Parts: sequence; structure tokens; C-alpha cells
Amino acid sequence: MSFVLEIFSIIAVSAGAFFFLAGTVGLLRFPDTLSRLHALTKADNLGLGLVVLGLLPRADSLSAALKLICIWLLALFAGAIVSQLTAQLASARRG
Amino acid sequence: MIQIVNCSVALLVLLLAIFTTVTRKVFAASFGFIAYGLLLTLVWVQLGAPDVALTEAAIGGGLTGVLLVGSASRLRQSEADGGVERPGLPARWIAAVAAAIVAAALALCVLAWTEPAPGLAPQTAASMGATGVGNPITAVLLAFRALDTLLEAIVLLFAIVGVWSLAPDRAWGGRPGRAYRSDPEGLLAYAARVLAPIGIVVGIYIFWVGADHPGGKFQGATILAAMWLLLWRAGLTDAPPINRRWLRLTLVGGPIVFVVIGFLGAATAGAFLAYPDGYAKPLILAIEWALLPSLALTLFLLVVGAPQRLATG
Amino acid sequence: MSDFLLAAAFFVVAMVALGLLRILRGPTEVDRMMAAQLLGSGGIAALLLAGASRVPATVDVALTLALLAAFVSIALVTSAATSERSDVAGCEAEEEP
Repeated sequence: MSFVLEIFSIIAVSAGAFFFLAGTVGLLRFPDTLSRLHALTKADNLGLGLVVLGLLPRADSLSAALKLICIWLLALFAGAIVSQLTAQLASARRG
Repeated sequence: MIQIVNCSVALLVLLLAIFTTVTRKVFAASFGFIAYGLLLTLVWVQLGAPDVALTEAAIGGGLTGVLLVGSASRLRQSEADGGVERPGLPARWIAAVAAAIVAAALALCVLAWTEPAPGLAPQTAASMGATGVGNPITAVLLAFRALDTLLEAIVLLFAIVGVWSLAPDRAWGGRPGRAYRSDPEGLLAYAARVLAPIGIVVGIYIFWVGADHPGGKFQGATILAAMWLLLWRAGLTDAPPINRRWLRLTLVGGPIVFVVIGFLGAATAGAFLAYPDGYAKPLILAIEWALLPSLALTLFLLVVGAPQRLATG
Repeated sequence: MSDFLLAAAFFVVAMVALGLLRILRGPTEVDRMMAAQLLGSGGIAALLLAGASRVPATVDVALTLALLAAFVSIALVTSAATSERSDVAGCEAEEEP
């Protein structure tokens, strides 16, 4: 695997790990459910996307690479839907 | 490095299991169990067993978790009313001693492992050519130990009968579960409309690829059942009444095809569920194709529950 | 390279562990429901990082995990919503007699 692609993978995966860290810090420190939900669904999904980006050059085949992108889009969509539904539930229970 | 990853995952699984067992709230335990099931997927992949990982993600984390949470919400009312029964001190001591003995026995078994591990893996790998499939798990499930798979399919039918027996008399033959009416413009309906086609494609893909790669009918059927459950929850479709003939035929169709092929094998190849030479792969595919709709319908009905509404029309 | 990916996998697992620690303790039930979502994103990242090079079928497993985690999260939230009789946009529960 070419050197440039390796560096790219390392940078992308590191950035993804950083966003996971940010999301977890948000989970630990945010004061209420809604903001924790925000940290979880936004930051962690972005971290997953960067990790997927970093793993793309190492994919075995085109179909594996497409599947990786599919996984990320699926996780993104699920995150958006779940955060909306959970937020509605949380505010309904609170108010 | 890999040992560090494995140890950390194992530690997390242990902590999750302890949390799930120790917590006093039923819902917290259910959510912990779901997290535990989803995390076990990672464990199975690390152990080199992607087929088991697929099944764990689908059944252990997904369907069983939803089933548990459904039961927990049904129990919520009676728990609040009746209070929690606490066993006496002697009963708890006996339970603790029994659990410690089982844990010690398991630890001894793990410590007594021999290298190489005993098993039939070399013989299986040697005989796989005759079955025509490339995935050794599929070969074992549908050729070498096909009887176990047949019995498992029949046990699921018994489970359905057991679940249906909980129906009140007036609802017998009716639709299981409750009716959800969706807001067609709403978020849940939108989510179901987008996720379900993707899930159906993934489910059929996992089923299709199971002949030569990890996957198979059970994992594929579970994904299909999960998508159907999503559509039902969103109100886009309803659970069919259980007195419909097509439903009952589909439920038993898979196991019947399996049994018929078994008897054909007895007639032509000398033993029940033996495959005649050269016909192994087509017969295996026939069994898988027949079992897929049966399994998907069975798993859907198991999660939806007993009939609660009158059948109309 | 593979050592780096494994180190990243360990880091993500540690993040998931910390997150679970916080979520499962969370004061409300809604907090605990987020555990499925946390594993849906963090667990998949750890799975891909740890497994993609050693076990070729990892991508299929991750795809299934993504789908099922999404399904479970949606199912949990909507079942909690309907069991409370609260109005969640998109789902109204009705029981026929």
C-alpha cells in the first residue's frame, strides 16, 4: 500500500478517534439528556465516518468499500432518526 | 497489541454483564442486555467466528432485546402493583453457592484446554468438497448436522404454538399484537420507509452469500423479520391474523420441505437427510430457500406476540 | 499499520466503555436507551478497526450490526413512547377492542 495512502489512513482514523473522544467527553460532562443525546449522535457518527474514510483505502475490493460507505450512511441516518425520536420522548417526559 | 484489544473488550463485556445482573430496574437491565448482545458481536469477530457474530447481532442484540423490553413494559404495571418479591437469606446463599460451583467448573474446563483443541474441524474441512458449499458453517448446519437444524426449525414452531396459547379465547385466530396507526408524514413512518427496503436487500444478501461466505438463512431471516417489525411499529403494515391459511402454510412450509428432503434422502441415499452424490448443493439450496420465509415469519410472530384482536374479514 | 489500527480500536472500546458507564447510570430511562445507539456507532467503529484486516467478513457483520442497532434504537424509543401514551410524531397507538 502506498505511503501516501497509509498516511491518509492514519490521519483519518486519528481524527475519527478524536471525535469519539469529543463525543464521550460530551456524554460525560453535559448536564442533561438532550445535550448528551446531541453529543452521542452527532460526534460519534462523525467519528465513525472518519474511521470509515480511513479504512477505505484498505478495503479488499470495490464492493467492500461501497459496503463501508453504506454502513456509515446507515449509521448517520439511524442517528438522525433516533436523536429526533429520543428528543421528542425526553421532552414529552420532562414537560 | 491485539491482546490488549481483546482483554479490554472482554473486560467491558464482563462489566456490562455484572451491571445487567446487579441492577434493580428491569428496563436498565434490558438496555444493558441489548448493549451486551451488540458488544458480543465484536467478541465473536475477534474469535474468528463471523457467522456467530452475525447471529449474535441479529438475534442476541436485536430481536431478543426488543422482546425483553416489550415484556418489561408489560410487566411494569404488575410490578408496581405487587411489589417485588425478595427471596429469603437461605435461598440466596444456596443460589450463591450453586453459581460459584458452576463458575469454578467452567474455569477448570477453560484451564484444562488441550492444544490442539479437540474437535472435528479437520475432518469437516476434508469432507466439504462433497457438499459443494464454500462456507464450512453452512456445510455443518445443512449437510453434516442437518438433523439439528431441522429440529431447531421445529422447536421454533413449538415456540410459536406456545406464544399463541397465551391468546384470550375470544381473540383466537385474530391479529397478534396491537395496531399502530402511523402518521404518514411523521418521522417514524419515514424512517421505516427508508430503512425497510435497505434492510430487505441486506437480509437477502446475507442469506444469499451464506453458501460460500459467512451468512445464511437464519441471519437473513432475522434481518427480514426485524424490518417487518419496523414496518409494523410504524403502522405501515399490520400483523396478519393467525387464522389465515397462507400464514400457517408458510410457517410449516420450510420444515415440511426439510422433512420431505430428509425422507427422499432415506430413499435414495440410505439415511435420513443424506444427500445423493452430486445433488448436495441443489438440495441444500432448496432447504435454505424454503426455510427463509418460514423463519422470517416465525421470528416476526414470536416478537409480535399472542393474538389480541379479533380477526376481521 | 495494523498495530496502529488495533490501538485505535482499543481507544474506541475505551471510549464506548466510558460512555456506557455514564449512560447506564443516567438518571432517566431515556439516557439508558441511548446505549443501543452508542454501541451502534462506537461498536461498529471498533469492529471495523479491529477486524477488517484479519477477518474478511467483518464488513458484512458491521453492516448487520448497523442495521440492527438502528432497528433496536428505534424500537426502544417508540415502545417507550407508546407505553406512556405520549404523542410522538409519526406513531399513535390504538387498541381495537
